[in-house]
Amino acid sequence: MSEGIEAVVMPKWGLAMQEGMLAAWLVEEGETVARGQEIAEIETSKIANVFESPAAGVLRRRVAREGETLPVGALLAVLAPASVHEEAIDRFVAEFEARFAEALAARKAEAAPEPATLEAGGRRIRYLEVGEGEGPPVLFLHGFGGDLTSWSLNQEALAGERRTLALDLPGHGGSDKRIARGDLEELAEAVAAFLDTLGLSRVHLVGHSLGGAVALRFALDRPGRVASLTLVAPAGFGEEIADAYLEGFLRERRAKKLRPVLEMLVRDPTMIGREMVEEVLRYKRLDGVPEALAKIRERCFGGGRQRILLRDRLAELPMPVQVLWGREDRILPARQAEGLPEGVAVTILEECGHLAHMEKAEACNAALRRFLAGG
Amino acid sequence: MPKKSFRQAVNEALRQEMERDPTVVVMGEDVAGGMGAPGEQDAWGGPLGVTKGLMPQFGRERVLDTPISESAFIGAAVGAAATGLRPVAELMFVDFMGVCFDQIFNQAAKFRYMFGGKATTPVVIRTMYGAGFRAASQHSQCLYNIFTHIPGLKVAIPSNAYEAKGLLIQAIRDDDPVMFFEHKAMYDEEAEVPDEPYAIPFGEANLVREGEDVTIVALGRMVNVARDAADRLEGEGISCTVVDLRTTSPLDRETVLETAAETGRVVVVDEAHPRCSVATDIAALIAQEAFESLEAPVRMVTAPHAPVPFSPALEDLYIPSADRIAEAVREVHGHGRR
Repeated sequence: MSEGIEAVVMPKWGLAMQEGMLAAWLVEEGETVARGQEIAEIETSKIANVFESPAAGVLRRRVAREGETLPVGALLAVLAPASVHEEAIDRFVAEFEARFAEALAARKAEAAPEPATLEAGGRRIRYLEVGEGEGPPVLFLHGFGGDLTSWSLNQEALAGERRTLALDLPGHGGSDKRIARGDLEELAEAVAAFLDTLGLSRVHLVGHSLGGAVALRFALDRPGRVASLTLVAPAGFGEEIADAYLEGFLRERRAKKLRPVLEMLVRDPTMIGREMVEEVLRYKRLDGVPEALAKIRERCFGGGRQRILLRDRLAELPMPVQVLWGREDRILPARQAEGLPEGVAVTILEECGHLAHMEKAEACNAALRRFLAGG
Repeated sequence: MPKKSFRQAVNEALRQEMERDPTVVVMGEDVAGGMGAPGEQDAWGGPLGVTKGLMPQFGRERVLDTPISESAFIGAAVGAAATGLRPVAELMFVDFMGVCFDQIFNQAAKFRYMFGGKATTPVVIRTMYGAGFRAASQHSQCLYNIFTHIPGLKVAIPSNAYEAKGLLIQAIRDDDPVMFFEHKAMYDEEAEVPDEPYAIPFGEANLVREGEDVTIVALGRMVNVARDAADRLEGEGISCTVVDLRTTSPLDRETVLETAAETGRVVVVDEAHPRCSVATDIAALIAQEAFESLEAPVRMVTAPHAPVPFSPALEDLYIPSADRIAEAVREVHGHGRR
């Protein structure tokens, strides 16, 4: 193997990612790149994003073509000092690809973790469990209209150290679509029934948006069962909410019309991949979904404002609480995180919209790790 | 999400709607097999096994083997629909429509109109179409265009297993007669299909792919062939939008015209013969309503105006291929640029 030659490979963004499409190169061959410099745009079935160089050096070879779809770990480019001969790079590419073909064949045998379902409180609940470790597990609760896959960039990052679970709230994903009232109590009860069924007495709760309000409701009613509470752009912190988003999410049945609605979720609209729009459309077609979402919207956000204000009760919570919020959140404004009780750790993420845990996954994961280690 | 074949998707749609609604019944030639005779029951489950398992679950009252008389059992299904059931009748091959066409186009399609809106006819007629099965000219045709021509009928032509389940559930819940076309060469093709029931609304075309240079409008199995062609053309620097019509009646005129206007260059792909077809209909619509946006003449890629050949070599040439579609796209893409 030649000195100083480094491989740049297709990254793995989240549990479900098996392959990615190199949408565009942002640097030319022969350019010197810094570690962390944006060098390409990559699209996955879920999300499109920029790819940062894992190392510094001269980008000697762009191996992947624009528009090419490659498995995770495949060779995208080669970094090497200018002094390395072209032949050495040819050799490096050939050897890498031969090794990778073998590794890929071996990898095919082991599949990605699959969600499971269980019956809890008379409902079918779908969930995904990954990782193991000491201490209370982490339970992730998604937002309005989302599902457990919205945590795919976070769950794996934490699964190395502890047991993690993400579930689909009632009316969502692969869980039962029947909703009785659609209030936070009903959703929090479903979470409790889920934990009872698995025999889990205590968890670290992480909730996003509507899931944040559910987590908060759960923690207020069952403080003994919550080791810590992480709220990502949570509902329940103020009256204001982008009703146009809820309206559009429920109304639009075509990709063209739904896309601009979903783009409100993020700062950089190119993050909303084609597949993500398609998945939302498919979800909304499932029997019972429009009715379930309408009920939740009416109870929690009826009349264009939040009806579930819980921020005044944060001070009652005995467990550590942290709040993460994107500065440019267009669904729930980040200023709702201002003036929280002392002891609540607030992190405002710059250049970030409502899907903070996806848009700034690394920063959120780091904050979660620190928080869980301390708490 | 679980992968299911087109066959499983259709079966699951039927089963879930039969579970949900006791008025849904299934009838046709050998949809179970063995009715009224001693010996093995449910041996067939339809000629290609699509309805297998329904009879043991729902019983003979709701899964009826019929005599080999399309005029009798299609007529019975239409009559049963007019009197309160939601029958799903299986017309084995659409090529047999000749012997039951009156029941469909002059009865089922007209009841709502003739009875001043007081009658509904919620019947679904599932039927196989298409070439590529080595079944010769009397079992290989694409006759959806004939049904599309008749006001009062709805016509759904799913392009994969996901679409098949959602469109069939919509067809069963619809209060009008629906012709549901299944390509006989697609039953083993798999797609991700949710376990739960879902309905895909009629009259909403699907953008399978979005591009900037050329719009390809296709239906049924041809959607997948068009997508193959588009994937190939991407490598040549030509990016294509692929529109899956989903239903030819109702027709999503808006999406067709919008996507045609966006690129100004259109290829229509249809496995049927080229005269008085869905392809000519789409081409005419675009010529009439989007003429000012066009940069090139609309091109059609279809089968020839000839019966489906029995010779395998000729049959393969007969069906529109990704090569022929790509060639047509290159032609409209280059028009006026040289």
